[in-house]
Amino acid sequence: MKKMLIALIAFAFTSTSSFAGPKIEVLHWWTSGGEAAALKVLKDDFAANGGEWLDMPVTGGGGDAANVALKARIVAGDPPSASQIKGPTIQEYDQEGVVAPYNIDPIAQSEGWDSLLDPMIAAVHKCQNNSGPYCAAPVNIHRIDWMWANKAVFDANGISVPTSWDELNAAAEKLQAAGVIPFAHGGQAWQDATVFEAVAMGIGGNNYYKNCYVDLKETCLRSETTVKVFDQMRKLQGFTDEGSPGRDWNVATGMVIEGKAGFQIMGDWAKGEFTAAGKVPGVDYYCAPTPSNNGYLYNVDSFIFYKTSDPDKQEGQKLLAKLMMGKNFQKVFNLYKGSIPARLDVSMDEFDKCAKTSNSDIKTAGASGGLVPSFAHGMAQGNTMKAALQDVITEHFNSDMSSVDAANALADSVLDNM
Amino acid sequence: MFKWLEKNLPKIVMAPAVGLIGWFVYGFVLWTLYISFTNSKILPKYELWGVGQYVKLWGSRKWLIAVDNLLIFTALFLIFCVVIGIILAIFLDQKIRAEGVLRTIYLYPMALSFIVTGTAWKWILNPTLGIQKMFIDWGFQNFTFDWLVNREMAIYTIVIAGVWQSAGFVMALFLAGLRSVEDEIVKAAKIDGANLFTVYWKILLPMMRPVFFTSFVILVHISIKSYDLIVALTQGGPGISTTMPALYMTQTAFHKSQVGLSAASAMMMFMAVAAVIIPYLYSELRRENAR
Repeated sequence: MKKMLIALIAFAFTSTSSFAGPKIEVLHWWTSGGEAAALKVLKDDFAANGGEWLDMPVTGGGGDAANVALKARIVAGDPPSASQIKGPTIQEYDQEGVVAPYNIDPIAQSEGWDSLLDPMIAAVHKCQNNSGPYCAAPVNIHRIDWMWANKAVFDANGISVPTSWDELNAAAEKLQAAGVIPFAHGGQAWQDATVFEAVAMGIGGNNYYKNCYVDLKETCLRSETTVKVFDQMRKLQGFTDEGSPGRDWNVATGMVIEGKAGFQIMGDWAKGEFTAAGKVPGVDYYCAPTPSNNGYLYNVDSFIFYKTSDPDKQEGQKLLAKLMMGKNFQKVFNLYKGSIPARLDVSMDEFDKCAKTSNSDIKTAGASGGLVPSFAHGMAQGNTMKAALQDVITEHFNSDMSSVDAANALADSVLDNM
Repeated sequence: MFKWLEKNLPKIVMAPAVGLIGWFVYGFVLWTLYISFTNSKILPKYELWGVGQYVKLWGSRKWLIAVDNLLIFTALFLIFCVVIGIILAIFLDQKIRAEGVLRTIYLYPMALSFIVTGTAWKWILNPTLGIQKMFIDWGFQNFTFDWLVNREMAIYTIVIAGVWQSAGFVMALFLAGLRSVEDEIVKAAKIDGANLFTVYWKILLPMMRPVFFTSFVILVHISIKSYDLIVALTQGGPGISTTMPALYMTQTAFHKSQVGLSAASAMMMFMAVAAVIIPYLYSELRRENAR
């Protein structure tokens, strides 16, 4: 008995320390439905390649809780091997010195990420101000400037998919006259900003968008065009219903699905709600880009890889980066998530109509200069500037502030936070 | 040895707790104070930077809105909780039937978390789901009650939910206070010809001074710290019209990546709470020493 006990204890100790091989600790908030299923694909891949995956899911608040946990780990000097961080925030963490010496760059070079990704999207994942070595891996591309419309409602009122904002306004007025809520919207700051950026790109054009919301030029922010964008926001606000403030985005999507409302402007994660309700694109609903000149607002989810001195974890980081950019994971994950693969050479055969549109549009937009980063989803600006823009947009949308005042407030808010 | 132990045992037993509180409360207060003087962005930094964060804080529209809201909320929350609490306590003090049941009903909201209160009131006050819809369905076509989605009025919905939650608690405090008054005093007053109103207004309520004081301190610090109620009810919206200091603080730290600015706002809240609590503790301790 005693011997067995000793053996057991000995086993318990060795079994934790004997493992040598790729090891990874991943902090993420993909715990629900499709995301969890997609992540399981990655975990299984990782295990099949002889790796050990230490899961660190932190749920709550769409990543807020995970960010708190992440900061606590970094301050304590023990960052996880990888975590979900995207856009310019990658650079912010790099500047804090917790990412170098960029373990995954050799993999990115040998796998040829430069040729697999659009150059703009590749730059997001390069540390040292977007031009150095790779330090993060993209898993998908979400398109933001989507309009989701109920086909039956549109047909019943003799409306086709609008191709200009004037047409969209006319369509909405028609719906309003017919007693349908034209525009399903959730009045939360980030949703207001999501609609705003689609309007800004559509009405102002791609160069206006880049000048104002990527380069933050003051003259651009105070310009006539910004006033026009706010005018359109005011019109859209008139097309929402009373219950809109504070509503969650998926409830707004539900209104479109049920035919209570005409359309919604939301990123392509809204598609999941339609799919779950058993609706088919082109038959039950339209997925169409909001009116713009070949514009494409992108939002890319990425994983950043922190510095670690443990050789097993360094191996794990390399393996995970390789698998994340692998064709299999990029395909399966995005089938679940509603987005499209970040690497553009994945076959789109198994994807639906909306994803195929997204995939072909991104290539057109990339060639014509219409590919622009979403600021509402933290791709164009860091968190500070994103919030500075968002605060003004949501204040204008939820008050009777004039468009001129809003444009000036937008510029002031940006200058205050420079 | 035994005597020494007997004499010092309480201190030894208390030492770990005092140490933990010292570190986790006062230590972190000092840490936050330090961080508020640095230019910390996404992560804490330790080079001193001066009072820039405080200058920035008091120049921020959103913070000024938050402070305005705090003043409105605190004043109304305090007044309504105390007035409703006193009225309920006086009614319950009339030796009525089923007092235990009623007392439980009034006190019950206190058992809920502010998240539950906020969510329930969010549904009740939503114009397309709650009271407004009910009246419209009953045939009052022109009935509107859209405070929750009206940026001028939304802050008052937070007062409504907060008062609903906390008035019962104030009632319990006052009821306990009223019950502790000797019956003889009331009887003597009645023999002297005082009516019930005079007894309460001139005799019993003035005797409740410490209860007023206690409820004031408890309610004010609840309102300065109020966060969960706003998150559940309005998330600071419509727009940013119902932002409060605690919400501003978490948003600034975790959404805006401005840890230094957030620490400055936390210190402002800390000072506001201290301004209320310290005089209270001082007067309490002095009274105990005088005894």
